[in-house]
Amino acid sequence: MSKLINGKTGDWEIVIGIEVHAQIISQSKLFSGSSTSFGSEHNTQVSFVDAGMPGMLPVINSVCVEQAVKTGLGLNAKINKFSIFDRKNYFYPDLPQGYQISQFEQPIVGEGKVIIDLEKGVEKEVRIERLHLEQDAGKSIHDQHPSYSYVDLNRSGVALMEIVSMPDMSSAEEAQAYIKKLRNIMKYLQTCDGNMEEGSLRADINVSVRKPGDELGTRCEIKNVNSIKFIGQAIEYEAKRQINLIESGESIKQQTRLFDPKKGQTRSMRSKEEAHDYRYFPDPDLLPLSFTDEFVEGIRKTLPELPDIRRKRFVEDFGLSPYDAGILVSEKETADFFEIASKNSNSKLVCNWIVGELFSILNKDSKTIQESPVTPENIGKLINLIDDGTITGRIAKDVFEIMIDSGDDPVSIVDSNDMRQVSDEGELDGIIEKIIQSNPDQVKSLEEKPNLMGWFVGQVMQETKGKANPKTVNELLNKKLLK
Amino acid sequence: MANLTELCLYEARDGLKNKSFSTKDLILDHIDAMESSRYLNAFITETPDLALKSADLSDDNYSNNTNRPLEGLPLGIKDMFCTKGVLTTASSKMLSNFIPPYESTVTNNLWNNGAILLGKLNNDEFAMGSSNETSFFGSVINPWKKNDKQAELVPGGSSGGSAASVAAKIGVGSLGTDTGGSIRQPASFTGTVGLKPTYGRCSRWGIIAFASSLDQAGPITRNVRDNAILLNSMCSHDPKDTTSSSKEIPDFESSLGKSIKGLKVGIPKEFYQDGMSDEIIKMWNNGKDWLKSAGAEIIDISLPNTKYALPCYYIIAPAEASSNLARYDGVRFGHSINSNDINEMYELTRSDGFGDEVKRRIMIGTYVLSSGYYDAYYLKAQKVRSLISKDYNDAFSKVDVILTPSTPNSAFELNEKCDDPLSMYLNDVFTVPINLAGLPAISIPSSKDKNGLPLGLQLIGKPFDEETLYSFANIIEESSNFESLDDIWWLK
Repeated sequence: MSKLINGKTGDWEIVIGIEVHAQIISQSKLFSGSSTSFGSEHNTQVSFVDAGMPGMLPVINSVCVEQAVKTGLGLNAKINKFSIFDRKNYFYPDLPQGYQISQFEQPIVGEGKVIIDLEKGVEKEVRIERLHLEQDAGKSIHDQHPSYSYVDLNRSGVALMEIVSMPDMSSAEEAQAYIKKLRNIMKYLQTCDGNMEEGSLRADINVSVRKPGDELGTRCEIKNVNSIKFIGQAIEYEAKRQINLIESGESIKQQTRLFDPKKGQTRSMRSKEEAHDYRYFPDPDLLPLSFTDEFVEGIRKTLPELPDIRRKRFVEDFGLSPYDAGILVSEKETADFFEIASKNSNSKLVCNWIVGELFSILNKDSKTIQESPVTPENIGKLINLIDDGTITGRIAKDVFEIMIDSGDDPVSIVDSNDMRQVSDEGELDGIIEKIIQSNPDQVKSLEEKPNLMGWFVGQVMQETKGKANPKTVNELLNKKLLK
Repeated sequence: MANLTELCLYEARDGLKNKSFSTKDLILDHIDAMESSRYLNAFITETPDLALKSADLSDDNYSNNTNRPLEGLPLGIKDMFCTKGVLTTASSKMLSNFIPPYESTVTNNLWNNGAILLGKLNNDEFAMGSSNETSFFGSVINPWKKNDKQAELVPGGSSGGSAASVAAKIGVGSLGTDTGGSIRQPASFTGTVGLKPTYGRCSRWGIIAFASSLDQAGPITRNVRDNAILLNSMCSHDPKDTTSSSKEIPDFESSLGKSIKGLKVGIPKEFYQDGMSDEIIKMWNNGKDWLKSAGAEIIDISLPNTKYALPCYYIIAPAEASSNLARYDGVRFGHSINSNDINEMYELTRSDGFGDEVKRRIMIGTYVLSSGYYDAYYLKAQKVRSLISKDYNDAFSKVDVILTPSTPNSAFELNEKCDDPLSMYLNDVFTVPINLAGLPAISIPSSKDKNGLPLGLQLIGKPFDEETLYSFANIIEESSNFESLDDIWWLK
């Protein structure tokens, strides 16, 4: 259901379409052999092709083509067996050729779809219009000199996939869920690392508003929003801005806008009239891409299990709730962690520990699961120690804390700290007898306050440093005190 | 010893092999010729020191019997080919200070085969022109003059320096590039042999691009055999150029002397133009007769879309050029005029760095690709281009080669057509369709007009069938008894 915004003149519906620029994971650039690694010294990863030197020619990197096809298959999309590279012409100092090689009329991937996961297990389908290959531009740096700008061409020519959605989203949350899902799918496919901070995933958001049931309104495009949080803020702000404008009797002008994260606002970058005429035409330096069915099927065979299918498997094979399974698969790394941890252990318990204890530690320290101080193997061992009664649930938390600090194996932690559960009735009997003897008043009060039984359990636990088997303790106490 | 510049490429090669003279002797004579012929303005950059250094190496190779196919042979190279460490200008102010840090594949192939760079040759700016008058470095003078020895003539273009230097016997051959006739038209104007190979036969890597879907490198030489020898060393499959062919490269020289008996020659009726001179028609008829005597069959054919070739070319070539020349923005290399505003920097740099003809074509190209005009111009031109290609495909199901004049006229006077671009463009009417169809074609000097100026016949071949072209060209060459230039009037 659409989330409506209440304005002065009634309810408004937001319509959102998104263009994502995803940097392809590959060793070298789309049309040259230069390296693509991030963060290198300025202008050190630039070939003569990337610098637009006279007489230089592009040669397609087949790895990037395979990655695009793979992504297309991951988006349930139609793979176009014939596609064409076009030149998009415009002048800018960080665009050395004076044109960007892109795909215009005939992209490599056609229509597809993505299922996004919303709150309370609600799912929604977002249609993909197309995916095409293109080169990235270099970077202009304006803050290093009072009167000059600098250009870094390391990024010039790096392969991007532009993934264009249909205007199927109607709230900031849906847009965020779409980006998350798209990013997750590409991480599963290993076609894009999804790192928004480093710019390997960037989003242009098209926002318009309308009264429910009306024709589509005039849209504004918010360029290059580079975090999930900002995407939400930008959409909220932009939708309200448009509603306010229309409700105060003005009309929306089609324009390109920028999001200012400091102010949480969007501002105009250029109007439709100022838009470039890119003069697209087929690049005569490059042959069209042409695939056989075998080529596409060969790539299909290499597809990994994707999040939606993995989630289903987690529910069916491990008996997890759809909600928990959804949390685990929403980051590929978390699902991988879970699978390793639960390999020889109780899957449900493992899931609970990851989603509960581990997540709270990671959140507290702002760490990702890859940075987890505890290995998945050790989580599995810890669960086994609980599961087979070697340690109590309470002790398990202590063990876990030691594991976080030391990274040690839980079995050796339990051994060296003498943390094994005490279930021996004789031993526990002695301890309980001693407590009863020393606390006659409490025993007396027990008749009126049966709740005091908890106090006795606590005493036993204190005496055994939490190692006593709670079940055995309860049984013994009941036998002795409740006659 | 006679001046060694009199020797053509294969004669010089044989002389070096037989050790009749040294590479150094040969190079010194050519350097002399280059320096004493500066009046022709054929060279933008002379590289005598480099040439002499290479000559020593070549002489060593000859004495060690490790000589390569073109060992020690001096060549001039059109200034559209990037040459590592040697100024490469495209005859433009824009690149008047550009020294490439890389070598084009084609020239690299030549040097690997032992050839020696004599210097870089003048051409129309960015290869845009048909008279070599658009060069930032000034016009090239045609070594040929009319019988009256009066006016100075253009050598044709855009490979004007390449054709003039070969006609003037400076270097044993040269390289040109041909986008719409830029090798064949100047070859025709200077009595030299010029071949545009099949699109894809030679790598375009390292050649400054004019119109990528049409550009091809090719040899200009004094005779057909030299041409075949040079082409063999130029072409290769180049992984750096996606459009370069991986087809096997035959030994072109061995196609000379092959019989053409029973082969069919197409004569396209659309190439008869209104107002075509009797001399051109006579030359064409002679050509037919010569080939017929050698056993070929002459067949009238039709290439119905010929009349659309010129307008089609003048949409596609400028469209590609407008994009290819966008990289000359003053930011990274070449001419640059600084400003506090980036758009002003572009404007100043490009206004000052490009000449009028280049600007004209950039404007045409930008216009035909513009939103709202694309379909009516560029897209339609692409469709016409397909139809033209189809005309040739159909024709080649019936014939083995097509024979036409190379140009509608002989060399004209300097400044005669400078102010009339349309009349200048008409010079390419017979050559342009061949580039649109991507076919190989060769211009062979065949006769002289009433003023004693050379006229060329053009042979057009099937894709990648340069061999048949050479067989036919050889027969025309032998039949025509064309007398090469004997008056070296420019030596003062």
